[in-house]
Amino acid sequence: MKNFIAIAFLMLLLSGCVSPPAPHDYSEFRNSDPKSILVLPPINNSPEVIAPYSVLSQISMPIAESGYYVYPVAVVEQTFKNNGITVANDAQALPISKLHEIFGADAALYISIEQYGTSYSVISSQTLVSLNAKLVDLKTGVTLWQDTASASSAENRGNSGGGLAGMLVEAIVHQVIESATDAGFDISSIATQRLLSSDMHNGLLHGHRSPKYGQPATSEKAK
Amino acid sequence: MASNQVLGNYKRSEKVKKILFVLAVTAVLAGCKTKEPLYYHGQYNAVVYNYFKSDDMTVSEQVEVLEELINTAKAKNKNIAPGVHAHLGMLYFELGNANLGLEHFNIETKLFPESKQYIDFLVNSAKGKS
Repeated sequence: MKNFIAIAFLMLLLSGCVSPPAPHDYSEFRNSDPKSILVLPPINNSPEVIAPYSVLSQISMPIAESGYYVYPVAVVEQTFKNNGITVANDAQALPISKLHEIFGADAALYISIEQYGTSYSVISSQTLVSLNAKLVDLKTGVTLWQDTASASSAENRGNSGGGLAGMLVEAIVHQVIESATDAGFDISSIATQRLLSSDMHNGLLHGHRSPKYGQPATSEKAK
Repeated sequence: MASNQVLGNYKRSEKVKKILFVLAVTAVLAGCKTKEPLYYHGQYNAVVYNYFKSDDMTVSEQVEVLEELINTAKAKNKNIAPGVHAHLGMLYFELGNANLGLEHFNIETKLFPESKQYIDFLVNSAKGKS
């Protein structure tokens, strides 16, 4: 009985590494072969005003670690503001030619935040971050990749995907300086990693600066 | 006495089993674990967040954290994450130190030539203002 439980637990952990959704078609992404990614100010569909800032702050790391040059998000935000674009919807509506002209980026990431924040209930409270993203080639306008991801503080380590998420949570807790500690910020880190990291199922392709550049995407290998 | 010994042995073997199990789980988890990071990010995310929130940390404090990040990365012989020098350059410009601002903008373009077009745009607009 004990062995059975141990094996079942191991299987659960293993299944955490292999996600069920069908692998993306990466052919357009591979054709475009972007080296640099501009993250546009995210559209915020949540009631939390801080949400776009929290998500923007956490989004660079998984893109950089996947092997891309990612434009400095706060500097970019300032550039938009200085040029009179203060609303994310306006930034995301700019013609791609204009974005390419100013930033010289190969691709842009259009994000919308679907859910963000802490909900309180009788039994437990949870902080949830849910994101929607689309990567667009700034020369052709072709969509190279799109996906959604979410993360919640209520996830248990033993749950599906919890092994890795649990480790991420642990890693993040140590990373964040005290003054910046708030749950939404921490959970955003997990959501953005899940969404974009080239090591995740259906994440970005491995970029030019990655030692894995040219190798199949993680979900293509799982096929 | 004899029963105690048996119990002791039993406990020990249970302990060994537990250790083996933990090792197995660790090995499985290590299989999922991501590779060695490409860059040293330090507190960059937290600094960016604080910049946006503009309440907990002053600009000078943010500069301090990023300067320390750069020193730590150098000491550890690690690559500095993209955007760190550009962000620091912007902070120096905000503090009125255009020389250091330009210096860090230039480091960003040296480390990441992909940023050249944008950084040139920033430098030109800064020049236009002064």
